[in-house]
Amino acid sequence: MARTVKPEDTAQMADLVTAYANHVAERRRQTIMALVVLGVVILAAAWAAEVKPVVLFDHFSNFTTYVAGLFVLDTGASVFTDPVEWYWGLGKWLGLLLDTILMAYVGTLVGAAIGFVLCFTCSRNLVKNAWVCAIMRRFLEFGRTVPDIVFALIFVGAFGLGPVPGVLAIVMHTTGALGKLFSEVVENIDMKPVEGIAASGGSWVQQIRFAVLPQVMSNFVSYTLLRFEINVRSAGVLGFVGAGGIGMTLMVSIRRFYASDVSAMLLLIVACVMLIDYGTEKVRHRLIGAEQRS
Amino acid sequence: MSSVQLHQVFMRDADAIATRHADIFGNPWGRRAPTLAVWGLIVAILFYGIWSLGFSLTLFADGLPNLGFIVRLMIPPNPETWQRVIYYLNQLIQTLGIAFLGTLCAALLAFPFSFLAAKNVVPNLLIHILSRRLFDTMRGVDTLVWALVWVNVVGLGPFAGTLAIICSDFGALAKLFSEAIEAADRKAVEGVMSSGGSDAQSVRFGIIPQVLPVITSQILYFFESNTRSATIIGVVGAGGIGLSLYEMINTLEWHQVSFIILLLLITVSAIDFVSTKLRLAIIGVRPV
Repeated sequence: MARTVKPEDTAQMADLVTAYANHVAERRRQTIMALVVLGVVILAAAWAAEVKPVVLFDHFSNFTTYVAGLFVLDTGASVFTDPVEWYWGLGKWLGLLLDTILMAYVGTLVGAAIGFVLCFTCSRNLVKNAWVCAIMRRFLEFGRTVPDIVFALIFVGAFGLGPVPGVLAIVMHTTGALGKLFSEVVENIDMKPVEGIAASGGSWVQQIRFAVLPQVMSNFVSYTLLRFEINVRSAGVLGFVGAGGIGMTLMVSIRRFYASDVSAMLLLIVACVMLIDYGTEKVRHRLIGAEQRS
Repeated sequence: MSSVQLHQVFMRDADAIATRHADIFGNPWGRRAPTLAVWGLIVAILFYGIWSLGFSLTLFADGLPNLGFIVRLMIPPNPETWQRVIYYLNQLIQTLGIAFLGTLCAALLAFPFSFLAAKNVVPNLLIHILSRRLFDTMRGVDTLVWALVWVNVVGLGPFAGTLAIICSDFGALAKLFSEAIEAADRKAVEGVMSSGGSDAQSVRFGIIPQVLPVITSQILYFFESNTRSATIIGVVGAGGIGLSLYEMINTLEWHQVSFIILLLLITVSAIDFVSTKLRLAIIGVRPV
């Protein structure tokens, strides 16, 4: 049962009610202002990006036809009626996919190794010289801001077509991305073991080996695995600019409307990415679990 | 006793201490073997990769001087005329527009779908699995591939790029959102239900207030990373500054290339800065 309000309370209640109403109105006004600003930004962005809803509306059937068309063989039959014909190039594509994964693997590992060495030089708690830190950080920032496709384009110019410029592009990008993440981990460590090693006469390298590494290693591995997954995806499209892997064949097939080949290769890539996603997640969970137990 | 002396004292009978505590100082091979085996495998695959991808000394002997030559040509960055600067800035604005609109539309589309894929909102296993696989498929296809597909559908230009970003981010964002929803505290939902709220109300007042800060910060994070992706979709003709970059690399105008890269660096760090500030303001604490 609701409590009855005494007469002397009502004046006070009225004040409270008005205060509440004012507060709600104020919040509403702020929300509306934010929405107006957002709306203006959206319109500006839509103008900049040349959004044409009419074109989308008119051509949307193209999209559905296109996607549906991916699953039709040259003979006009659905791909599912003849999987052998659909995957006629399975051996070749699997080889290209293996190349793509190897590119990501080599690129990730080398990039992680360089990032590993560099991350200690740009961690403020290990390096007292602010200049060294700042310069190393700018370098890492450069590596991760320039998209790997751009590196690939430049390296293709220098090294010629093939997987090598692709790997180098992945190395550059991975060094930048992982170096930054690694150094953030290093900056958050407990400094007591480092002081302990320093106090018993350990050199800088020994401090890192025996005081820093045991604290950061599982995080490093986890980040590297995540990066590997990202790199497999991007290695798949580096071929678009001639840097090896399955991307080149895929792009040719898309451009020339080899419909069923496109769907076959895309499904292969998606399945492979999912598998790697799943595998690295399992390993990462085991690592995190092992860390929490110890 | 200073540290140096302590060190000397230890070193004097280091051998004796090592024999007394063999379990700590010894390196029993039995314990190290599995670790070594894993490292051995990792390095073996690395060398196999290096060999099978065709790395060779001659390639580097030819390529590195070329690279050095290109880098020398890149310095100093030089757009040559003001018209070009204005043209690049226009394309940069277009790039930002693509990234902004793409992220926003992807988030708006992903938001309702993420509830479908969250086990605690829709407890139907079939719907859960189907929607998760749909998200995985959409984000498994790279933005560049989506861009190629959309160029076929709506023609060359930034609109195709926007649609490409919407498609690939839809999958990624929907997955992240639904994970955030699944991690939400059940107590708030139960509270709304027990005071007579409907299912819709329990989502509106029980879940959304919990996940909104997480979701907003993820959207900002994706906007940052999309400014990077939007710069490259121009390579396949889907708008933005990537087109100029691609043309300039192909016509070997290295001064222009380095100028565009410089523009990109400045823009991306400016956006990183702003969105980090916004993220901190929204979630209150520094994200780890």
